[in-house]
Amino acid sequence: MSAAATTIAHEVPPQAGPRAFLRRLRSGDEIAHLITLTFAALILLITSMLLYELWVNSHLSRAKFGWMFFWTRVWDPNFDNFGAAPFIYGTLVTSAVALCLAVPLGLASAIFLSELAPRKVSDVISFLIDLLAAVPSVIYGLLGIFIVVPLMRTTIGPALIHTLGNVPYLGALFHGPNYGVGFLTAGIVLAIMVVPFIISVSREVLLTVPREQREAALAMGATRWESTWKVVVPWARTGIMGSVFLALARALGETMAVTMVIGNAPTIAASLLSPGDTIASIIASQFTEASGDLYLSSLIELGLVLFLITFILNGLARILIVATGRGGGRPA
Amino acid sequence: MSDPRMIWRKSLNYVMLSLTGVAAFGVVSILFLVLGYLFWNGGRSLSWNFFTQLPKPVGETGGGMANAIVGSLKLLMLAAVMGLPVGLLTGVYLAEFGGKTFSFVIRYTTDLLNGVPSIVIGIFAYSLVVLPVKHFSALAGGVALGMMVIPITVRSTEEFLRAVPGSLREGAMALGASKWKTIVTVVLPAASGGILTGMLLALARVAGETAPLLFTALGNRFWSPGFEQPTASLPVMIYTYAIAPYDDWHRQAWAAGLVLLGLVLVANLGARLLLNRGSAVRST
Amino acid sequence: MSSISPGSNATAARLAPQVRMNDPRSMTSEKEAPVRFQISDLNFFYGPKQAVFGLNLNIPANKVTALIGPSGCGKSTFLRTLNRMNEIIRNTRVEGSIALDGQDVHSMDVVSLRRRVGMVFQRPNPFPKSIYENVAYGLRINGYKGRLDDQVESSLHRAALWEEVKDYLHKSAFALSGGQQQRLCIARALAVNPEVLLLDEPCSALDPVTTAKIEELMFQLKDSCTMAIVTHNMQQAARASDFTAFMLDGKLIEHSETPKLFTTPKDPRTEAYITGRFG
Repeated sequence: MSAAATTIAHEVPPQAGPRAFLRRLRSGDEIAHLITLTFAALILLITSMLLYELWVNSHLSRAKFGWMFFWTRVWDPNFDNFGAAPFIYGTLVTSAVALCLAVPLGLASAIFLSELAPRKVSDVISFLIDLLAAVPSVIYGLLGIFIVVPLMRTTIGPALIHTLGNVPYLGALFHGPNYGVGFLTAGIVLAIMVVPFIISVSREVLLTVPREQREAALAMGATRWESTWKVVVPWARTGIMGSVFLALARALGETMAVTMVIGNAPTIAASLLSPGDTIASIIASQFTEASGDLYLSSLIELGLVLFLITFILNGLARILIVATGRGGGRPA
Repeated sequence: MSDPRMIWRKSLNYVMLSLTGVAAFGVVSILFLVLGYLFWNGGRSLSWNFFTQLPKPVGETGGGMANAIVGSLKLLMLAAVMGLPVGLLTGVYLAEFGGKTFSFVIRYTTDLLNGVPSIVIGIFAYSLVVLPVKHFSALAGGVALGMMVIPITVRSTEEFLRAVPGSLREGAMALGASKWKTIVTVVLPAASGGILTGMLLALARVAGETAPLLFTALGNRFWSPGFEQPTASLPVMIYTYAIAPYDDWHRQAWAAGLVLLGLVLVANLGARLLLNRGSAVRST
Repeated sequence: MSSISPGSNATAARLAPQVRMNDPRSMTSEKEAPVRFQISDLNFFYGPKQAVFGLNLNIPANKVTALIGPSGCGKSTFLRTLNRMNEIIRNTRVEGSIALDGQDVHSMDVVSLRRRVGMVFQRPNPFPKSIYENVAYGLRINGYKGRLDDQVESSLHRAALWEEVKDYLHKSAFALSGGQQQRLCIARALAVNPEVLLLDEPCSALDPVTTAKIEELMFQLKDSCTMAIVTHNMQQAARASDFTAFMLDGKLIEHSETPKLFTTPKDPRTEAYITGRFG
């Protein structure tokens, strides 16, 4: 029964020189640690360099305009006078419009998906909505130019002017020449682009609300709607706020779709139907034509401003979302 | 009990709940609208020429976007070469080696990079690669896209590495495998499906990016061999043609849009299906 | 190829020249039997919390030593110090000495240690690879230069799995049942010809039939391998081991030949445990 033993013993590397072997082996792990750490540190390097380049390359305009840059309403390449006010205005207005449209739509959809729809239906619809988020910005721009803009010019614009345009105070938002492009159009396209984010995050947050909360409300005789609106949604309030901040951060940085439908006019106007520009759209449309160092520096300073705004917003969004217990997409 | 208040509450209930359903289906129908329009308008203009010919001179009709398709592939390749290894190795670091504080810093910075608007990344790549040599290039575009690939890859790599059960690692180490050998021979292969899918998704995401290319790779109406020249790309072509006054260019923009969206959606669908089906660990 | 062929005395002699080779089947007294592991004054700490207190134990060669005790008594922790697997966990500390054939395990290279001292875990943990690749894994990473096929086959024989998988070697290990997976893990551990095999409750996730197969396996392996098995199943300890050590709250309470410990335990706590009064 004792057949020839397998002769592995001397095939496996012998223990001779354990210290040398030890050193080599341990350094194998050390090398792996070092290599991966170096690449990880690269990200730190990239991000620092990004900030550095933005700062350094905008120094001409920062030096010349200082803080007035944010208040100046003039953007005149011919006289080397640049101000960020029109673009900050445009960015804020389009984002506000986008949120006014996207938040009710998104929240309502999220409520439907988390409270009313059967699980399978909810999952399928969520999947489809996630696909919406994957559509490139330029494609939304394409649809914006050829579908939304004509619609605005021929139908929606005139309708708004004739109805809301006559209402005191509110009417100021809807008057003047209507070309189809402008703040409202950009806001609508932006709304479509950010609604999937609001839905996706809000739905997840709503799903984490404990069943007992709903049941307590229903047991007191509340209708389905009352239990949802007055109990469930408030419970998830922080996470929903987080999703709104996230959507806002996306909207602020959105470039192509906005550039294609906003009309590219660096003006501040009360009417939503007026053409305008956002920070992202002015950079996109004028960067390659920027003749002169001050011109370019001003555009880069705008980029720096955009970076800072989105940085703050993303940070707030993450805090809010994490505060509701949802990990914000971060791995466990 | 049909007192007026109860009737009001019940009607409100019915109305509001219906509205939520309308909202959800409304959003979904937007997706179908998008796809529908693209298929209709793009499909009509799609032709063999589109894939094989170069753009015709301004004003002339006809021509195609062969150079843009090749250009996009070239840019994706550059982005992959520059961004994927960084993302992969950083993910390995965070999942396998990371110390507490440094990992936190890296994760925070990665999220930060992820949130940077793509046009700002474009500015950065411009100042890094275009400004010093004073000309636009595919390389600059690749650098911009590569930077966008990194955060997505880091996140998915780390997630899938952490999902590999500790018992597998213990089994390997008990046989005498050192830490790095365990990672390379057992952990990475086990997580490979998810990691590769994550990479595919990252590339699909940057394939549709336009803003960072506007002043890095710029555009080109001809072939652009090598990596040092301005290069055409699908997204930039769509933008350029869409805002131009020529009908023929509009038609080509639709066709290009269809091709681009088709590729992006196929990649996304494929990746998600793979992930759902591959949630059980498979053998190599 | 031969059927189940435990290594011969010659192999054992090559691996551990200092060990005197007696007839492995005769039950010599503890003092005369050669010793594979010598543990003296072992203290183990998870951070500030001590889990093992002043443990002294000899694990005899070519015998099965069972470690029994209630949950949390430290038997698994102790087992894992023998092949330094606790080093994977952060903040652990070992005091005292653990000697394998007279050599302190902490002074030797941990990779070679783990090749000489193999481990089988509580839940089967085959790699997501084929059956063949699982068994060959240890050989590959240790740079084995010989014919892998032969070694894989012989290991599967030793684990009593060959007949069931010989036509499916390239199928995924996950296609096997739980009991088969555990035997695969045993084959995987055996492939590198360890001198010692540590088994941490290997049958707790398995059915009685498979458990019996594995116990039979252990009996066959004794010739070529020393085994230490942690088990919470006292009948298994009584059936399958030559020596038994009873642990409680991190301390070794009693250690003697299995029949003696189960019929005439010296310590009242041992008696209380084996008669089921606690644990």
